[in-house]
Formats: sequence, C-alpha cells, structure tokens
Amino acid sequence: MDFRHSEEHQLLADSLRRFLADASPMTARNTAAFAFPYHIPTLWAGLARLGIPGAFVTEAHGGFGGTPADIMVVFEEIGRNLCIEPLLGTLLGARLLERLGRGDLLEGVIAGSERLALAVNEPQVACDLDHLAATAHRVDGSWRLQGQKSAIYGAPAATLVLVVARTDDHLGVFALREPALIHSAMVDGGGTADLVLSGLRAECLAQDARPAIEEALDLGRLALCAETLGAMSHLMALTKDYLQTRKQFGQALSTFQALRHRAVDMQVDLEQVLSITISAMAEFDGPQRARHVAMAKALTGKLAARFAEEAIQLHGGIGMTWEYPGSHYAKRLVMIDHQLGDRHDHIARMIRADRQDVKAAT
Amino acid sequence: MNLDYSPQEVAFRAEVRAFLADNLPADIAARVADGSPLSHDDTLRWQAILHARGWLASVWPREHGGTGWSVVERHIFAEESALYSAPRLPPFGLNMLGPVVIRYGTDAQKATILPRILDGSDWWCQGYSEPGAGSDLASLRTRAVRFGDDYVVNGQKTWTTYGQYANKIFCLVRTADGKPQQGISFLLVDLDTPGVEMRPIRIIDGSVEVNEVFFTDARVPVANLVGEENAGWTIAKYLLTYERTNIAGVGYATKELARLRQLARQIVRDGRPIADNPAFAARIAELECELEALRVTNLRLLANARDGAASGVDSSMLKLRGTQLRQSLQDLYRMVLGPMAGPLAGTGLAGDLGLPSDAIRAAQTYFNHRKLSIYGGSNEIQRNIVAQHLFQG
Ligand SMILES: Cc1cc2nc3c(=O)[nH]c(=O)nc-3n(C[C@H](O)[C@H](O)[C@H](O)COP(=O)(O)OP(=O)(O)OC[C@H]3O[C@@H](n4cnc5c(N)ncnc54)[C@H](O)[C@@H]3O)c2cc1C
Repeated sequence: MDFRHSEEHQLLADSLRRFLADASPMTARNTAAFAFPYHIPTLWAGLARLGIPGAFVTEAHGGFGGTPADIMVVFEEIGRNLCIEPLLGTLLGARLLERLGRGDLLEGVIAGSERLALAVNEPQVACDLDHLAATAHRVDGSWRLQGQKSAIYGAPAATLVLVVARTDDHLGVFALREPALIHSAMVDGGGTADLVLSGLRAECLAQDARPAIEEALDLGRLALCAETLGAMSHLMALTKDYLQTRKQFGQALSTFQALRHRAVDMQVDLEQVLSITISAMAEFDGPQRARHVAMAKALTGKLAARFAEEAIQLHGGIGMTWEYPGSHYAKRLVMIDHQLGDRHDHIARMIRADRQDVKAAT
Repeated sequence: MNLDYSPQEVAFRAEVRAFLADNLPADIAARVADGSPLSHDDTLRWQAILHARGWLASVWPREHGGTGWSVVERHIFAEESALYSAPRLPPFGLNMLGPVVIRYGTDAQKATILPRILDGSDWWCQGYSEPGAGSDLASLRTRAVRFGDDYVVNGQKTWTTYGQYANKIFCLVRTADGKPQQGISFLLVDLDTPGVEMRPIRIIDGSVEVNEVFFTDARVPVANLVGEENAGWTIAKYLLTYERTNIAGVGYATKELARLRQLARQIVRDGRPIADNPAFAARIAELECELEALRVTNLRLLANARDGAASGVDSSMLKLRGTQLRQSLQDLYRMVLGPMAGPLAGTGLAGDLGLPSDAIRAAQTYFNHRKLSIYGGSNEIQRNIVAQHLFQG
C-alpha cells in the first residue's frame, strides 16, 4: 500500500500549482470569471504548453496520460487555484472522442487549439440519461437535432460542442462548430451555456454510444471530486490562518475551543473527501466504477457544502465579502454539487442500482 | 395545557388579516412573494400605509405613536405579515433607535426623532461593529472627544446595513478609557456631516447591502448624545433586546417551507418531480419536524414573555434554531433547481421555464442568507450566552 503520488505526478502537480499561482491570481480570475467568454486565452495556451489537455488523453491517442490518477492530479490543482478555464468540458469531450475513435479531433485538443464542451443535460435531465429527450434525425442525408440542452459547462469558450441526442432507441453523439449559445456566468464564476437545437445540422460522430457517454460523465465526476479536494485544501489553509490571526476578546479565535473543534471537523471532512475520491479513482477501470463514482460524488457534494458553510461562519463578516478570496472558494464548493448530478441524484443512482441487483439476483 | 389564543387574540388576528388583504399593494406583495428585489420606494410606500393605520411602530407605546401591542399581538402581526408577503421593514429606526429614545432620550430628542422615524423623513442605520470589534463589541475604538458643544469623532464603523439609503447613523463611540464597557457612549450622527464618508462593501452574492463608514474629525453636537456620557453600553444592551424581536422567524420559515414543497412538485428532473426523489423528500420531511417544534417553542417562550417570566436566554435559543432552520430551507431551495441553480439569476433557459424569480435567484439568496448566523450576535455568541446561563451556580 502506498498512497503517495508517483514522482511524475508530484512533478506535474508542483509545476501546475506554480504555473497557476503565477498566471491566474485571484483578481484576474474574478475579472474573467464573470464576463464572456469566461476564459483567458493566454492562460489556456500556458496550460497547453504544460501538457494539461494532453494529460486527459491516453498515449494510444497521442496524449500524455488519461488515467484516472492523471485526472485527479490535474483537477486538484484546478480546484486549489479556482481556475475557470473550460477544462471540465474539454475532459468530457476528449474522453468521448477517444472512445469513439476520433483521434483526428484530439490533435487540436492536445495542442491547445481545440476546446470542447459536452451538451448532455437538459432542463429536465441532470443525471439519469434514460430521460433525455433531444433527438437526431437524418434528413436528406444530413443529421438534424431537435430539443434543448442546458448546463453545457465551458461552452462559451469551446471551439467544438458535442451534443448527446436520441437516435431511435440509442444515444448518439453529434458535433457542432461554435453554435449560437445562450451563455451565462455561473454563480461561482466560469461560463456555462444553454442551447436550443431547433433543427441544427450536425456531424454524427456515433449513433449508439451510451456506455462511452456514461464513462465520460463518470470521469468528469471524478474530476469534480478532485477539484473539490483542491478547493477544500486551500480554504482549509485560509481558515486556519484566519483563526490564528484574528483576535477578539483579546485572544486569537483559534484559542476558543468551540472554534477549534469546528475546524477539526472541517479537516476530517477534507480527509474523507480525499479518501472517497481515491476510492473512485482506484475502482474507475473496474466493474464497480459507476457505484464508486456515485458514492464519491454524493459524499463529496454533501461534505463540501457543509465545509464551505463552516468556513464562512468561522470567518464572521469577512467571509461574506466579495473581496475576500475565501468567499469565492466557498461558493465553488457549494455549487460544484450542482454539476453532473448532485448528492440526491447520486444517492438515487445507488438506490436504483441496488434495486437492479436485487432484481437480477431473483 | 392549552395552545389556543385568547378570543381577543383571535379577533386581533382576523383584524390583521382583513387589513393586509385590503391594504397590502398587490405589486409589492408579488415582489416579496417571488423574491424580487424591493426598491427603496416599495419600502417607503408600505411604511406610509402602516403609519396611516397606526400600525407602524409595533414595539412603541401608544403615547409616542406606537401600537402599544402585547408581545403576543406583535407576534401575530409579524406572522400574518410574513404569510401575506408584506415587506419586512428595516428595523434600525423602528425597532432599535425608537425604543432607545423612548427609554433614554430627552423630551427634545423624543419630539424631534420619533415623528421623523414614523413619517419616513429619517432613515437610520446602525453603527456598532468595527473592523476590530465584531463579537467583542466592547473593544470598539471609534473615539469621540468633547470640544465645547461638539464631539469630534474619529474612527471607522463597518458592516453598516442599508447605509446607502440612510441619512443618519446611531453609533457606539468611545468617550473614556479604562474598563472597555464603561467608556462607551451612544451618539447620533447626521451622515452629511463633513468628515463622514460611506463606502459600499460588495458581498458574496455580488450585491451591496452593507457599507463602511469613516469618521475624520467629524463634529457632532453634544445634544446628539443619548443618555449619559459613558452609559452607552447599558443602552446598547437594552437595544439588543429589541433587535431580537421576532428572531425565530417562524412566519418566514413557514412560508419558505410551503414554497419549497410547491417548487419541488413543479420542477421535474430525471423523469419525476423532485418531491418524489426519496433523498430529497426525506430532507423536506425532516425540516417540517424542526419547524413544528420551533413554532411551539416560540409560542412557549412568548407566553413566558407575556407573563413576565422570560429568561434572557430565550431569544438566544430562538435565534440559534430559527436561523439554522431558515438556512437549511435555503439550502434545499437551491438544490431543487439542480443544474439550473448554476447560472447567475435570470440567464439561460431557466429564465424561460416560468419559474418564480426567487427560484432563479435561489443560489444567490442562499449565499446571502449565510449572514443570518453571523449578524445580530453570531450563533457562537448566542451559544455562549445560553451556556453561561446553563452552567451558572
Ligand atoms: C450582512 C451583515 C450585515 C450586518 N449589519 C450590521 C449593521 O447594520 N450594523 C452593525 O453594527 N453590524 C452589522 N453587522 C456586523 C455583525 O454584527 C458582525 O459581523 C458580528 O458581530 C460578528 O463579528 P465579526 O464579523 O467581526 O466576526 P468575529 O467576531 O471576528 O467572529 C469570527 C468567528 O468567531 C466566532 N467567535 C468570536 N468570538 C467567539 C467566542 N468567544 N467563542 C466562540 N466563537 C467566537 C464568531 O461567532 C465567528 O464565527 C453585519 C454583518 C453582516 C455579515
């Protein structure tokens, strides 16, 4: 048993951390985070030089990694820096392209010239793909899409949007080059978009790709857990620091036992998030992937929100201000639960799987 | 045991309902109900309507233009106001400064200050907290030094709620050294006094509702002192008993729970209304249990107050549980929206789904409401107060 990073992963983590601290300080982040296109081109170029989007792709397709451990290392640093670049969408898209055998489209991703987004959610679908309603039909030899897509993370800055739509009984994947989006900033910063398909013509990448879509989404969930971990670590450090510096009643807040215990619970929650994320990473390529990812996402979502609330509370009024970086970390830690299925969705997913197991056994 | 209101109280509730049904402007109620921001003008309009009925200053005695209501009547009025979606009026003049002036003010102060609160000529804000003095309020350092008929004030206040709408501020200032609590005075300051500067503070949800106020050699007439010099701490503590009026917020929580249920039935996700997601439904049911208990706790403590048996810690307990419950409700309200809670209010397709505007703003409101457990004496400070009582002697 050895829970340390490999030497390579440690190097990747260190260089990414240094790069982001330097290239994406909080003030620049907050300016870009709430204004179209929610993306800083020079920052993306720097990430590409470090080989970051390339780390999402396996060596078989010309990338530098693509293992669950690679994803975990990268996204932990993304979370620590509160980076708003469209990395989640690019990860989801890259994994899907890889599984669909579209290495040709991955070259641009690895080089940094292509940014991807995955349009899977719909206004009434957050997690269970059985309920997707958008459709694709062949009309006069070309594919046309109908329906609505929402919560397309990173889409405002994407060069290519992959759309999941129903093809008869299957789920297919279609590609759109810079479609007209309804874009928004997210409450915690960064870009998202909705898309009304209304007959858009699209390139068909696959007509039946549900397992690949599910795997890509699970990889995205693992990435979100790792991002949570990084953001929690940073906010833990800020909170600890603040409690040791701020004085009331003539003494540092860190001397009040009531607050010390609260900080301890935060630290333990952080350890639990680390562990459940490691568990999902370790099981990712096995038969129990879906269950372990659901567990990780459910627990992480719940603990991260509670952690964020505690961090704000322990700071008092300062934790409520826009100017204090901690408030933005707290927002990310609460809102991350809403992405790719929240704690209730993933608990429901576990219950659903249990029922199917029972059915299969009888 | 009898949980019923007296016949007079029942009649009073009917009177309040009839009044609200006839007089609360529909456009204002609609905005309150769906969580749209209220304009300062909305607040002024509702204040004028209540003033015309003589129901504006619910905690003042009749002779000063107040209602003279009992604690139970105040509770009934607050509860019905919340259920009818009446705006919540800022407490600074009506529930904080008013009672202080009535108890400690000179006749001249009563005659000038009270009517101007009632008719809306003056808008007050509260200058207690400072950057270095939050929970430990007595360590405040804004200093007032007497020169002839003036105090010269230097220092800084912060977290001043709605300071941007106010023309006056009541402050705690240091007028003597020695034991921290003993050198504090209660001083009224015009915000247009030279040397007073207000700057906005942007908060976590992006809005501005608090400010910082800087005092640089600001000259304030000695006539603006309330009570004796150096007696400000006693006055501040007296004011706090009014700050915590209606602290449990049961009316708001009742309304919020009902809206949460409604929205959870209305929004369909992954093939069923959110209300049918077992994990989510269990959370709603749990909060309903908490609310029912709090409702009765509130009534029990109200009966104590009516009978003159209130212990000082009752309001601390109500604040603690009341704010926890409301924050939990805000948490679920945000979660009902799932991914649609992500975009900033009103953008994206969520804006086209016919959702009420408070639903679209749910995430921002949730973050804004983290303040409930911080201001008005943080929940940790409330626990300290209860603990002191629990373990004394
Ligand atoms: C939105 C908002 C509006 C406000 N409006 C006003 C206003 O209009 N006027 C005004 O004067 N003030 C206002 N306040 C200020 C508010 O009263 C203070 O924020 C509050 O008293 C806490 O002080 P602080 O922020 O300095 O936190 P601190 O006192 O520094 O506390 C930080 C943390 O330590 C905890 N803590 C402190 N001491 C102890 C202890 N002895 N034991 C255990 N825990 C402890 C606190 O509970 C908190 O969790 C407002 C605050 C906010 C956030």
